[in-house]
Amino acid sequence: MLQVRDLGVAFGPIQPLSGVSFSIERGETLGIVGESGSGKSLTAMSVMGLLPLQGGRITDGSIAFDGMELTTLPENAYRKLRGGRIGLITQNPMTSLDPLKKIGIQVDAVAILHLNMTAKQARSRTVEILGTLRIPEPALICDRYPHQMSGGMKQRIVIAMALAADPDVLIADEPTTALDVTVQAQIIRLLDDLVKERDLALVLITHDMSVVAQTCDKVVVMYAGRAIEHGPVEAIFDAPQHPYTQALIGCIPRGLDGDTKLEGIPGTVPTVQNYPDGCPFHPRCTRAQDICSTTDPAFVVHEQSAAACHFAGAA
Amino acid sequence: MTPTTAPRSAFATMAMRSYEAFARMSIGRAFSSWIGRLSGGFIILLVLTAVFAPWIAPFDFAAQNLMNANQPPAWPHLLGTDEFGRDVLSRVIYGARTSLSVSATAIGISITAGMILGAAAGYFGGLFERVVMTVVDLTWSFPDILIALIFVAIIGPGLTSTTFAIAIAYLAQFTRLTRAQIVRLKRETFIEATINLGAKPRHVLLRHLMPNAIAPVIVVGMLAIGDGIVLEATLGFFGLGAQPPTPSWGGMMSSGTAQLFLSPWVIIFPGVVVAVTVIAVNLFGDELIRALDIRDRLRGA
Amino acid sequence: MLLRYTFQRLLMLIPVSIAISIVIFMIVHLLPGDPIDNLLRIGSSEEDRAALVALYGLDRNLFIQYITWIGNMFQGDFGQAIVLRRPVADLIGQNLPYSLVLGGLAFAFSTIVGMTLGTISAVVRNPILERFVRGFILLGSTVPGFWLALLLILFFAVNLRWFPVSGAGGWQSLVLPVLTIGFGGVALVARITRVALMDARREDFVTLLHAKGLSAKTILFSHLMPHALLPVVTILALRIGWILGGAVTVEFVFGRPGLGSLLIRALGQRDYPVVQGCLLMLALAVMIGTLIGDVAQAAMDPRVREAKS
Repeated sequence: MLQVRDLGVAFGPIQPLSGVSFSIERGETLGIVGESGSGKSLTAMSVMGLLPLQGGRITDGSIAFDGMELTTLPENAYRKLRGGRIGLITQNPMTSLDPLKKIGIQVDAVAILHLNMTAKQARSRTVEILGTLRIPEPALICDRYPHQMSGGMKQRIVIAMALAADPDVLIADEPTTALDVTVQAQIIRLLDDLVKERDLALVLITHDMSVVAQTCDKVVVMYAGRAIEHGPVEAIFDAPQHPYTQALIGCIPRGLDGDTKLEGIPGTVPTVQNYPDGCPFHPRCTRAQDICSTTDPAFVVHEQSAAACHFAGAA
Repeated sequence: MTPTTAPRSAFATMAMRSYEAFARMSIGRAFSSWIGRLSGGFIILLVLTAVFAPWIAPFDFAAQNLMNANQPPAWPHLLGTDEFGRDVLSRVIYGARTSLSVSATAIGISITAGMILGAAAGYFGGLFERVVMTVVDLTWSFPDILIALIFVAIIGPGLTSTTFAIAIAYLAQFTRLTRAQIVRLKRETFIEATINLGAKPRHVLLRHLMPNAIAPVIVVGMLAIGDGIVLEATLGFFGLGAQPPTPSWGGMMSSGTAQLFLSPWVIIFPGVVVAVTVIAVNLFGDELIRALDIRDRLRGA
Repeated sequence: MLLRYTFQRLLMLIPVSIAISIVIFMIVHLLPGDPIDNLLRIGSSEEDRAALVALYGLDRNLFIQYITWIGNMFQGDFGQAIVLRRPVADLIGQNLPYSLVLGGLAFAFSTIVGMTLGTISAVVRNPILERFVRGFILLGSTVPGFWLALLLILFFAVNLRWFPVSGAGGWQSLVLPVLTIGFGGVALVARITRVALMDARREDFVTLLHAKGLSAKTILFSHLMPHALLPVVTILALRIGWILGGAVTVEFVFGRPGLGSLLIRALGQRDYPVVQGCLLMLALAVMIGTLIGDVAQAAMDPRVREAKS
């Protein structure tokens, strides 16, 4: 359904993203994992074709959606896809909705635009979708304003907007980061159900490995603008090949008793201006050798997954 | 050996601290851009002209010479003459004195009163603050010309009423600005510490809060002087400002209106000077804001 | 909800109005000399004096005088003009329409042209245009109104003879005055619109709007403009007074009838009843304008309605 190959993105002279590849089919959930600053959101923006909004552009690679090549798609064709066949859920529900317009109008707009519905038809569709998202009294909610809702509710409304036109692909960019922990679980479960009910392709972007473990079928691990490991979720969690992935999984708090120390990864994510030469992770890697600082590692396949490390497979 | 230091008055300390704070903020940087140099230079030139008017002006501003009336700009009357044969250039130069001194005095009064009110309101808070701010906000929503006219209605035309009118019209700005600064600074921990150590309100206000609040006030004050010059000119134009024979830019334009078709230069030149002055003040004010990096502190107003 | 807000705002205006009326009332009493003399023509007879005293209750204490004055006003009696010897209410009634027309037109002009200019400069990213707009805004805010008026008269009326120099005949005589006031107004509105649009564009929800597939035009007019209107309305409401002030000056310069020129002439002639009447009207206009601005803001922004109630 969606296939990204060797995606490269630039902002002026800086190249925050390079060599990113992944693919996803209907009914699958793909997790894109990484720390803040690893380029996850940029990937989402690239697929949506919204890079120019932030001043960026795609420099290499291809994004194939249902047979169409998106990187060369003209703007008016792209606009039909956005919201229509590819839906986006953004990170911060508190600021994602226009505070001056009622909820109903904002969700209706999608159906009116993409499904050519009248206002009335769109409204009944909106109420229906809000219902499936377990929003109480959807008809009343439509007449309310965003500032009258809680964060969790607002995020469901954002999801409703993304779903309204029955898209094939849903991209959720850190949908739960800004929410309370209890609400997080609800939203994740919601998304999970949606994938199953509607046979959607869900791209779930998150920094939380435990969420990935619970909900995703496939994983792509990103670091410093590059995809450094990808594969089925069981393979990745059972036998992570890349030192970074191993460290990330090691960070998940598990079965804590008084003596267990929480592990972290020493060092910080490099800024876009300071991407290291060679393997981007080598300054923080416990297994780094000389070759790591000079040569970009190629993907080494190990059973069903692949990792970009010179020493992959040597767990 | 015990060094003897004479106890300094709180005011002296405040003055010194304010100056240090201000100077430390490198005002010089305002002159780094060519806009800053041009506008700042013009302002300095204008002030010097006003101060040294008697030595610079080629003619006596009141000297009438009816045979020479309404002459277009030419040597020796570089800006022409008005309907009484008076030299326009000299009148413009002396007019600078009137305008600048009136505005500066007025804004000085406004700043002082505004800072006292604003500091008190911000520091003591409560009902007092609410009352003060409501009254102040009232004056802010009224056009300065209207307030000025009310004052003139009460005191009568002349420089005194003009000065007070300008002072009242811009009082709101300084009050709000100072109060915003004080409220902001009051929350700082070092103030809390000082109070906990037993400092009296007067001490806290004068030695700590005020010096930090001064920079934005000075800049806004400068901009207000620009507005004050326009207000003074407007009042003068209505015949309600400086009374003859005191030359003022507004007054010149007022009497010149009758000769609009005959000798437009009588109106054009004072107007140009006013416009250029205010533009220079605004541009330099912007440069100052940029140099002192206080744009965020000005949001309180 | 909106009604309640409006009502609250109205209530808050009452103490303000009282305060202002007191100030205006006190004008006559703060002046040096006997207030009665300030209200009378020079050389009035004893009967005239007595009549005035009775009318205003000038032999009673201040408070009663104030009440009498207010009472008279509510009955439509604003006193008698000293110089012209006509009821002030008549004079105001004659001049008010002219001021309203001028003020209204100037307001509309400033808003429409200002918003257009501001929008264009925010949407079209042309550095030359930006410079020009910024320069225009600077000029508009600093050039003294009456001087601009004089220049315009000189250029357009005298040299080009396109418009009349003064007076109030027909629409041609409105062009220059409206332009003069509008110059400053346009600059202000343009600056606010521009900044507001640029700020609104950076908000988070705009990303999602694009993600929904809406066109840039729809996003601009349907979503960004309402956001930009908010600060514009706020500032305009605050600056209603400013536009009025500009109107006062401009009326005088262009010799147009109106409250402004009436007031200034009266000040020069020391015709205090007229002064008081005009000031009251102008103050009233400022307050009504501010009220309308507040209410408009609440109408446009649902958050305001809740916050204040």
